[in-house]
Amino acid sequence: MAVTTGATLLFANSCTLCHAPEKNLVNPIDPTPAPDAPNFVDIDNVNFSYGKRPILKGITLKVPKGKVVAIMGGSGCGKTTLLQLIGGQLKAGSGRVMVDGQDVGKLDREALYAMRRKMGMLFQFGALFTDMTVFDNIAFQLREHANLPEDMIRDLVLMKLNAVGLRGTANLFPSELSGGMARRVALARAVALDPALIMYDEPFAGLDPISLAVVGKTIRRLNDALGATSIVVTHDIIESLQIVDYLYFVSDGRIIGQGTPDEIRASTEPFIKQFVHAEMDGPVPFHYPAGNYADDLGILRTLKSPVQPGVSP
Amino acid sequence: MIRGIQNIGARGIETVWRIGAMGRFFLLVLAHSGMSFRRIGLTIREIYFSGVMSLVIIMVSGLFVGMVLGLQGYETLQKYGAEETMGVLVALSLVRELGPVVTGLLFASRAGSAITAEIGLMKATEQLKAMDMMAIDPVARVVAPRFWAGVVSLPLLAMMFSAMGIFGGYIVAVLYVGTDPGVFWSNMQAAVDFRYDVWNGIIKSIAFGFAVSVIATFEGFDAAPTAEGVSRATTRTVVTSALTILAIDLVLTAFMLRDV
Repeated sequence: MAVTTGATLLFANSCTLCHAPEKNLVNPIDPTPAPDAPNFVDIDNVNFSYGKRPILKGITLKVPKGKVVAIMGGSGCGKTTLLQLIGGQLKAGSGRVMVDGQDVGKLDREALYAMRRKMGMLFQFGALFTDMTVFDNIAFQLREHANLPEDMIRDLVLMKLNAVGLRGTANLFPSELSGGMARRVALARAVALDPALIMYDEPFAGLDPISLAVVGKTIRRLNDALGATSIVVTHDIIESLQIVDYLYFVSDGRIIGQGTPDEIRASTEPFIKQFVHAEMDGPVPFHYPAGNYADDLGILRTLKSPVQPGVSP
Repeated sequence: MIRGIQNIGARGIETVWRIGAMGRFFLLVLAHSGMSFRRIGLTIREIYFSGVMSLVIIMVSGLFVGMVLGLQGYETLQKYGAEETMGVLVALSLVRELGPVVTGLLFASRAGSAITAEIGLMKATEQLKAMDMMAIDPVARVVAPRFWAGVVSLPLLAMMFSAMGIFGGYIVAVLYVGTDPGVFWSNMQAAVDFRYDVWNGIIKSIAFGFAVSVIATFEGFDAAPTAEGVSRATTRTVVTSALTILAIDLVLTAFMLRDV
């Protein structure tokens, strides 16, 4: 297995990653996915339900090879479900999920596992193995899949950890890390095998501003250094607009907007505008449907029959 | 009234469904057991956590149970002038019944619940899902080594339990009551048949090992991925294991006794 690619060289000199002069992180060559560019992920008219509850309704989206694409939307809109469909952990009710030219829904277990070896995934809460040290967490896939000598695994793990600034935590257990550190370790683990497709589930949630910026930059630079394709599921519009090539907005199981970061910033479409500017009023209601507020608090009833002194209501 | 009948029916259906699901899970574990033997270190590590770490509770319990058997046995046997057969009573009780059964119950409480909680928490924190996304089968990597560790550990622990129990009986019979040690051991040696008594006890403990291991791993793997779900799964492991051990014991005993 090829584990020493250009990305390894990048990791070898982590200063390049952490202290390079600031520049526009959006791909300077062509931020817009060309319509005829080969797609690494191609989702075509996919429907998915949990029992009788529909989650995705006719979703169609494409992720061109080499690009970083964000999937955004409110909580519970089906973003994580999309990632699970791409990873083959769920199967679409109808429609087709193509990854690297293969129909994920038609793969048997062996073929699916072969495909997953080309994928890396950062889980929302890290999902680090709590009975292993940070070092062993990152070495885990290398030991399971790559027949490498232990001293080479050691070097590779330290490079990955150095890239996320946590080489010093190699001997700690996940319970000894802060939330942000655990996320960065999970990021290093997700790219341990230099995958062709990297999926990030809420990589920015709960991070302090420094960690957030570092993780954002790391996602972009990893993608470019590995020549990979990345899908970022997130709520964080500000960070996303800085690092991604293209954005899809999902609401109520449907794609309701898409575009490049510049197009999104300039969009007047109500949902996108509400999302980008974090407005409380808009197509997405802040309140879950409920009955009359005053009725729930019993205010009207109290006003109609005021409580008499000494008489309990 | 109708609702009560509906609830009983629903529980019955759920129980049958769970037994079926557990059976399928058992076959799945067997089918994915190759790694547990090819990479024996994974299984040995789990034997350490399930078996070695249970040694203290098993040995101390065995000692106490053997001593109690000695005291109770003496109380009854001395009425008939048969206190020399205390060794026989203690040994047969332990190797045939108490050793496998009490070890099974203790193992389910100590190691079975721990296995369920560990696998359940791995599920709740998406560790199993992460492993699956890394193209590493969690049944082969996580479940099967724990399953086989339980199957191997329980019979060994049952033997330790019986040995400690016999030692406890010896303490009471010889050191406390004053029975002649030669009589204690020789009567025991004459009465306990290896194939009929000891081997049947080992067969029972192997059966309990399979039962407790499959219940513990299944409940963990099937647990709702929440704190409450893991807690319920752990409780179910202990309760289901205890009932299953006693039920299997009844069936096996009925088959094993020649003169009944």
